[in-house]
Amino acid sequence: MKKHLQRELEKLKKRILSLGGMAEESVRMAIQAFETRDGDLAMKIIDSDREIDEAEVEMEEECLKILALHQPFAIDLRFINAVIKINNDLERVGDEAVNIAERVANIAGKPPVEVPFEYNVMAEKSEAMLKSSLDALVNLDADLAYKVCLLDDEVDEINRDIYDKVKAAIQEQPERVGYLINLLLISRHLERIADHATNIAEEVIYMVEGEISRHRNDMFKPDDA
Amino acid sequence: MQDSLKMSTVDLDFYYGNFHALHGVTIDFYENQVTALIGPSGCGKSTLLRCLNRMNDLIPYTRVEGKVCLDGEEIYEPDVDVVALRRNVGMVFQKPNPFPKTIFENVAYGLRVNGIKDKAFLADRVETSLKQAALWDEVKDRLHDSALDLSGGQQQRLCIARALAVEPEVLLMDEPASALDPIATQKIEELIRDLKKRYTIIIVTHNMQQAARVSDITAFFYLGEIIEVDKTETLFTRPKLKQTSDYITGRFG
Repeated sequence: MKKHLQRELEKLKKRILSLGGMAEESVRMAIQAFETRDGDLAMKIIDSDREIDEAEVEMEEECLKILALHQPFAIDLRFINAVIKINNDLERVGDEAVNIAERVANIAGKPPVEVPFEYNVMAEKSEAMLKSSLDALVNLDADLAYKVCLLDDEVDEINRDIYDKVKAAIQEQPERVGYLINLLLISRHLERIADHATNIAEEVIYMVEGEISRHRNDMFKPDDA
Repeated sequence: MQDSLKMSTVDLDFYYGNFHALHGVTIDFYENQVTALIGPSGCGKSTLLRCLNRMNDLIPYTRVEGKVCLDGEEIYEPDVDVVALRRNVGMVFQKPNPFPKTIFENVAYGLRVNGIKDKAFLADRVETSLKQAALWDEVKDRLHDSALDLSGGQQQRLCIARALAVEPEVLLMDEPASALDPIATQKIEELIRDLKKRYTIIIVTHNMQQAARVSDITAFFYLGEIIEVDKTETLFTRPKLKQTSDYITGRFG
């Protein structure tokens, strides 16, 4: 009986990682579309989001089925709880990639605005956080999960910096306000992707340690060594 | 509000002949709470249960060391009235064991043995006990039928009524539902949840989902030792010890 449950949990693990891979790929393509201002790639991302949405629904149904049929306890129960929440976060990451793609579609073909935004750094960090949060899930690595949570502050900082720079750019080039707003929104979407990666990491911590670590600002300060 | 202590054991060791069945068991049982004892077969749960009302005295070549207390008084002192103890700390067994008497007489038996003859009093106490055991409505019109004609679930509730008739403070239940069908099991579990308002209940069960459903506190036993005791909701969601986690997730045992 328990072997059956373990098999189901292994299958669930594979499925959540597969969904994670789809979300990561969407984000990677969205960033590429932005860097190259590729409107066609942006449309592709928007179309492929349906697959992620369908996978999310199937995953949730699978989790409910396991809960009903097996009534798991302890780490198995926490794992399924984590999967349900991570499932939701990954679907939202897919949506944010679509949002970036829509912004790219808006600005593709228009003359670019030259502003020293740190998109590369922000995009790299957000992608890295997403990847690490999923690695932490695979390996039940709470230490790696904690590191992901620490990076979120850095991404938030860059987002705030971009906001200031866009504000200044709008004042200097008011005729390009539409374009600049789209750039600001892209920064926001990348910041949200980092937030979702942080959520995923927090779920991994709960799963491993049994302590809910959400909303605890003091947990993620680096040691004063 | 501090939960008050009803029974406790302190460094309890128990031997069946040379077999050391319980090792230094220290555990508290709180008033109006249900404590579940779980663990693999042969780990000492039923042995502990039987220590709590000295049923193990009836088994030859057994030895007890350490303390067992009810309301702070040690129950293994030589001057303890064991019969009174077993009235006060009642027991319900896995296989329903009604006497081959009428339903009425089963419940009244303990009272009669204690010298109570007043018919009105007996009738009243029988009715109260059967109501507390959630059996009254099903048997009120046939109290003088044989108890052996009842279904398994009804017989078990009759045994509970029988234990309640002598007004115990503690109820010990050794896998009370394991011989019953799912509906009867559900009724017993609901009954346990109701009974804890008036009694302190300690239940041994192999069914972990049952322990999770009915108990407030769960104690995990292994090879005669307590491994972990905690609030049920904590033990089943985030147990502190890997051994407990492995047992309740079915990775061993």
